[in-house]
Amino acid sequence: MTINHTISVLVSNEVGVLSRIVDLFSGRGYNIESLTVAPALDSVYSRVTIVTPADNDVIEQICKQLNRLIPVIKVANLSIGEAIEYEIGLLKVYVSDENRAEFMNIVAQAEAMIMDVNDKTYTVKIDGDEKKVQTFAELVRPYGIKEFVRSGKVAITKGNQFSNIKTLVKQD
Amino acid sequence: MNKIMYSGAEILLKSLQKEGVEEIFGYPGGVVLPLYDALYLQDDIKHYLVRHEQAAVHAAEGYARVSGKPGVAIVTSGPGACNTITGLANAYYDGTPLILITGQVNSKLIGGDAFQEADIVGITRSCCKHNYLVKDVKDLARVVKEAFYIATTGKRGPVVIDIPVDVFNAKYTFNYPKNIELVGYNPNYKGHPLQIQKALETLFESKRPVIISGGGVVASNASKELKEIATKLHIPVVHTLMGAGTYPDNLETSLGMMGMHGNYCANLTVANADVIFAIGTRFSDRITGCLNKFARDAQVIHVDIDPCSISKNVKASIPIVGDIKNVLTTMLSQLSKSHHKVNLELKDKWFNDILEWKKKVAIPQKMSDKLSAITVLEAIYEYTKKDEPIVSTEVGQHQMWTAQNFKFNQPRKLITSGGLGTMGFGFPAAMGACVASKKGYVLNIAGDGSIQMNIQELMTCVDYKFKVINCIINNGYLGMVRQWQEKIYNKHYSQTKISSPDFVKLAESYGALGIRVEKEEEIIPALKKAIEFNGPVLIDFICENFEMVYPWVLAGQPIDKVLLSRGEC
Repeated sequence: MTINHTISVLVSNEVGVLSRIVDLFSGRGYNIESLTVAPALDSVYSRVTIVTPADNDVIEQICKQLNRLIPVIKVANLSIGEAIEYEIGLLKVYVSDENRAEFMNIVAQAEAMIMDVNDKTYTVKIDGDEKKVQTFAELVRPYGIKEFVRSGKVAITKGNQFSNIKTLVKQD
Repeated sequence: MNKIMYSGAEILLKSLQKEGVEEIFGYPGGVVLPLYDALYLQDDIKHYLVRHEQAAVHAAEGYARVSGKPGVAIVTSGPGACNTITGLANAYYDGTPLILITGQVNSKLIGGDAFQEADIVGITRSCCKHNYLVKDVKDLARVVKEAFYIATTGKRGPVVIDIPVDVFNAKYTFNYPKNIELVGYNPNYKGHPLQIQKALETLFESKRPVIISGGGVVASNASKELKEIATKLHIPVVHTLMGAGTYPDNLETSLGMMGMHGNYCANLTVANADVIFAIGTRFSDRITGCLNKFARDAQVIHVDIDPCSISKNVKASIPIVGDIKNVLTTMLSQLSKSHHKVNLELKDKWFNDILEWKKKVAIPQKMSDKLSAITVLEAIYEYTKKDEPIVSTEVGQHQMWTAQNFKFNQPRKLITSGGLGTMGFGFPAAMGACVASKKGYVLNIAGDGSIQMNIQELMTCVDYKFKVINCIINNGYLGMVRQWQEKIYNKHYSQTKISSPDFVKLAESYGALGIRVEKEEEIIPALKKAIEFNGPVLIDFICENFEMVYPWVLAGQPIDKVLLSRGEC
């Protein structure tokens, strides 16, 4: 069954490492739903979080193939077991005088945050899991979304499990 | 601390020497001038000048396959580097350790579309195991050390080192690193002992077991262990094209090659097995045929150094990731401690079935008065077998006929392009094989199409007196493609009729020996003359145009649906 898997990949922070990962996906016909990259705590490493739709056999191959890349240090499929998944959505929404109160109500209930206002539009930040971001966008869609920007997902395991290698995490 | 300063070019050569490199293949050009100057000023590494960069990489691969050591090639930037792509892809597919050094434009010009600039790290990313762009001479020795380590460990493969001209010229001290720090690269060598135990028990209980021996057995030098396991457990062995020679063909339990053009017996044995012990094979589609129907009822024990090969195409019930030699050695030691005894009676029926299947072979097809390719290859094999020559092939019908008709009793004797199927591979690979083996002659079995893909290397062979005997199975067609057109495309021979030059005159114009053979009685005298000649030879065997390769499993069919002659469909 094809579902979205969230893959957390720890890599050496070196030139071309992202190309290697992206090339692997395109070369082998895998899809990337979202991709985020940022330096790890120790900036010689980077953390790449990839959301990819795949069935069980394919996701096994994707993880193995990622592991085969030399600068890839660790691959963890966070969809196995419990993980906290998080993303941010930024929306620019048309709001007229008539529906302003209603709109503000939705924003408050969804715990979204207004980042910028002008005479025609509100720019709002919503964060949380994918479903929350998506639901909020659907709720405000009738007002007219001018722009919708999503961060892609970051994720971390729950509890006392690591997707890091212990020695790579500088402990204070 | 060593305080003497060396140029990047000198550091590179010193690093290669530290890795035990004695011979390299290459072609000079603008940005590698400093490197060729450093080569000129030393005697430790011998450079072989080829006539095309693709041939340099194929030659390095032939060298690596025969010697087991990584092959090394040097080319210039841009077009030089781009010409190596086929060679790299070929080595990557077949897991051959290779180091390719490409020159690059001055590091300050990179990205500015300089003369002969190509983003070779970008271009080669998907056809090599790893690649480096060295922007600082301080990194050079470390990169070479890492490159050799990566190329020769795990699933072996080619590694590209791209070096800008200013790095060749920059000065630095030379200290070859002793250790390697690659946090993300830790190939698993030892198979899991419990998995191996489980595999052993499964094999003991099996009624219809078979071993598939692949190219990994060659890479791991595990033929001896394979033979011991097969003998002790009483299991018949089939091999893939890449596994030729891993299990001696002269043993009764050797069933020969399986796959699209494999033996009837080998294919039927695999199709009917209850336990398949796959060793160092990646289950390519040329082996499995229709994947859904492959080994449906069999338990698959799969040993490979590359985790990606396991359960990629065929789901393994007992996966074992590790170096084959290590895994088989562990298995043998477990076997010696085991109380199990092989139940021969249990396997009696199985061996009876196999004997029956062995009787079914391809039916010879005599179509005209011209030479039959199979007759030619049988004669070549019979005449040369006492010398046990290294045999390389190009790709096509002649390749399959060679694999079918030559018996290989040791590994590293058949050098052929398995995964990528590269026409033009065999001839330059044979040159590399000559350099590595240093004695005797190398047979390159070629087609009239394939030989024309890297024919320019005749000059290289003449220059260095390489004893490469090219046996051209000349049937006037791109025979394998024609064969498919005959069977599947209503005899529409679209662009497969191919003309050739007068190979005898061509050979002579290069200073090589050319012989034409049109009759059976001319085969042996021609071979005799070729072996006596101190240099490269082209023998042009004028063969029947429409001979087909049988046995044949059509693409997408299950592997036990074996056609043995034209009459079947």
